[in-house]
Amino acid sequence: MSARLAALARNLGPPLLFGAAMLGLWQLVVRGFDLKPYFLVAPTDIAEAFTDNWHNIWEAMKVSGTNAAVGLAVGTLFGVVLSFLLARFRLLDELVTPLSIALNAIPAFVLVSVFNNMFSSTSEVPRRLMVTIVVFFVVLVNVSKGLRQVAPVHAELMHSYAASGWQLLGKVRVPNAVPYLFTALRIAAPLSVIYAYVSEYFGGAQNGLGSRITSNIVNSKNSVGWAYVGGACILGLAFYLFFALVETIVVSGRVQPSGGRA
Amino acid sequence: MSAVVVSGVDKIFSTGKAARVEALVGIDLTVEQGEFVSLIGPSGCGKSTLLRLIANLIEPTAGSVTVNGKPAHQARLDQDYGMAFQQAGLFDWRSVTKNIELPLELKGWDRTNRRARALEMLELVKLPEFASHMPWQLSGGMQQRIAIARALAAHPPLLLMDKPFGALDEMTREHMQAELLRICAKTATTVVFVTHSIPEAVYLSTRVVVMSPRPGRITNIIDVPLGGARNDDTREDSIFFQKITEVREALRGSELQLGARGIEDR
Repeated sequence: MSARLAALARNLGPPLLFGAAMLGLWQLVVRGFDLKPYFLVAPTDIAEAFTDNWHNIWEAMKVSGTNAAVGLAVGTLFGVVLSFLLARFRLLDELVTPLSIALNAIPAFVLVSVFNNMFSSTSEVPRRLMVTIVVFFVVLVNVSKGLRQVAPVHAELMHSYAASGWQLLGKVRVPNAVPYLFTALRIAAPLSVIYAYVSEYFGGAQNGLGSRITSNIVNSKNSVGWAYVGGACILGLAFYLFFALVETIVVSGRVQPSGGRA
Repeated sequence: MSAVVVSGVDKIFSTGKAARVEALVGIDLTVEQGEFVSLIGPSGCGKSTLLRLIANLIEPTAGSVTVNGKPAHQARLDQDYGMAFQQAGLFDWRSVTKNIELPLELKGWDRTNRRARALEMLELVKLPEFASHMPWQLSGGMQQRIAIARALAAHPPLLLMDKPFGALDEMTREHMQAELLRICAKTATTVVFVTHSIPEAVYLSTRVVVMSPRPGRITNIIDVPLGGARNDDTREDSIFFQKITEVREALRGSELQLGARGIEDR
């Protein structure tokens, strides 16, 4: 256990020290050159604003976090289901894949503006839809790849067992795709949070982290704006760490703990 | 009833624009029950193709393949043979036991019988203590032994092997060869074995089938009268060396023929 703690300290120590050093440098530069708050605020001011506004930041984190989580869940569900169908039915693949690529090429602000017109101005649905689409695409691409990339030796082996298409799916393709799903989630989790913030920029209720950051900066309350940015970072990190942890737990049994297959 | 009958088989690969490749032409081969037959020849002679035809992983262009008295297709559906490849091809998300159980799962065996058979197979390949290990925890030789256990799990009468020891070091390879002979004797399994190694072919086989490329065909079939019980002393036997020389000369002969043909073609 102490060896594990030592390893953890070895891994976490350098980046934590580096981060603290950067914050110190930031503080020194702001104070040393006497930079004005409208240009750049000092980390200590941000920390103060953060504790003063903690309750509001927490409320905004809940709103944006819920939007991201709902979009992440629905997008993952649809992405996985469609990957299965595409892996099983080749024709569907040829029909759907070009369409989904085209959908993904539409810029986010266009989609959010369109969705905002479709739903009432206080609805969270447009934001959740936006997150869903982004997550859906990441999951679709990765899981499809995992379902398709069956090692030739495994394909021949299953063929020699006279396995049916469904058996091949269940015994080889799906387990093969599991690490790909977690890779997708690790990528999609921070993206879901980012798209939740961004979609708040294009109208709707002023209740999430994205809209709070803009409104505070516009009102020259820069340190408060930065405090909300801090909240946004925490939320994004939490999403990422959660799925990185789940990935480690689920996939760790298959490969050598250090290194091995990705 | 012969284990394998290949008669008048041609296999021609013609993929779209590319020229036709005559992978195999006029192949006739009969393997009797209990035989150990090796296919040997230079790259591109079609030995792996021939093995895949017997396994019905591909269909012949002409001719017929019979396994256990049935058409090869039916034999595959009935899982009348087990197969092992150069890569062990274990599923890295399944434990060793679960890997061995896979063919039985596909046959619809229940959990208790599957587990019992898997443990029996682990005893057979002398790795019972690795039952709950994951594949990455095993060495290459051990993985290959698990692959053999998996291939034989359903007790098929025939084992098809495509350079199964090709990726192993020399020491492990010789040990695996002895193990394979022991396992096949114990289970009375007929084997068709593709290899690049002349000593391996001679040590293991009752007959060595020498093949040559362009077009892929059988040039010689050499009997190896080393008897049933082979061990490390067999590798020092004068017949062993004599047969190695014979196979080598047969291979060289097919190469010379190839050179002559090359000139003719121009």
